[in-house]
Amino acid sequence: MHARNEAPTEAAPSWPDDIFEILQRFDVRQVPYVPDAGHSQLIERVLSERAMRAVPLTTEEEGVALLAGAWAGGQRGVLLMQSSGVGNCVNMFSLTQIFRFPFLTLVTMRGEWGEFNPWQVPMGSTTSGVFELSGIKVLRASHGGEVRDVVDAAAGQAYNACTPTALLLSQRLIGAKVFVK
Amino acid sequence: MSKANLLERRSVVSALLEGRKDAIAVGGLGASTYDIAAAGDHDRNFYLWGAMGGAVMIGLGVALAQPELPVVVITGDGEMLMGMGSLATVGLQQPKNLTIIVLDNEVYGETGGQASHTAANTDLVGVAKACGMKDARSLATMAEIKTFAASMQDISAGPRFASIKIDSANLERVLASRDGSFIVNRIRGALGFQPI
Repeated sequence: MHARNEAPTEAAPSWPDDIFEILQRFDVRQVPYVPDAGHSQLIERVLSERAMRAVPLTTEEEGVALLAGAWAGGQRGVLLMQSSGVGNCVNMFSLTQIFRFPFLTLVTMRGEWGEFNPWQVPMGSTTSGVFELSGIKVLRASHGGEVRDVVDAAAGQAYNACTPTALLLSQRLIGAKVFVK
Repeated sequence: MSKANLLERRSVVSALLEGRKDAIAVGGLGASTYDIAAAGDHDRNFYLWGAMGGAVMIGLGVALAQPELPVVVITGDGEMLMGMGSLATVGLQQPKNLTIIVLDNEVYGETGGQASHTAANTDLVGVAKACGMKDARSLATMAEIKTFAASMQDISAGPRFASIKIDSANLERVLASRDGSFIVNRIRGALGFQPI
């Protein structure tokens, strides 16, 4: 659990709602995901929206292929995952170059900003590099107040210009996971 | 390489697609894509030349986007094994218009005929059943295949899964288009979507 989830009296942040509203505005219809605590609020919104199809995955690379199929069928989608899942996708990222389809992924970061678990650090440290080497543009949001603008830009270039884009949501934004108090 | 009494893959795929009507066909990389091309190029053919393990998920994405159209994924045992988790994902979504067909020759034919897991203990029909595929079966005769092909048009009774044991002979390649933008935009055009 993340720090914010262990303090239920704390108000839920508004940035996940900002993301949801932008996805609605861009007519995003398929939302594949591997769950992450940082995405939990957004996933709840997606699950309660009839116009969106939430698609839980067994591994993140499934989501890349799903979105290619969705585009062939006339729908837009977005892949929600944690930074550790990015490495699972590498070969499937080929599809973003081969089909030049509007690929957007929102990635909650681990392995940075006060990380407790060393096992998260190697993949968290290479997440941005993996995307760039795969030909996917990287944007990052680190503060709640900038999420709306950055997501809007990411969705705009992905859906309007078919520019494959990854938006990293910093661990600083989400809060480092608390293992011991 | 050839074993007696096993079906010939090109005849199988031709029979599966003969009465396809508006169906979208997704071919896994390797011989399945050549088989679909050999059955006749089509605006609604989604050929894969890579992305091993992704064929079923591409089919699911199309099937969810186009619930009124039959969508059929035709792939090989090696490609299916690499994306076996996607059967669980399909089992969760229950797309009624999706059919998954594995042409199982029990070898990696493109790379020299090395044995795949289905040559020994892996039972893909059992996996599909256990993942919640309503209709999961083996097809062993051309008569069964023709009946099954007709049932693929029923978009109210999926998801379906069929495994067909085929002869492992390597046939001459029939090359489909390998230009991804062309393939995907041709399908989109056939469905009435404009380029960006």
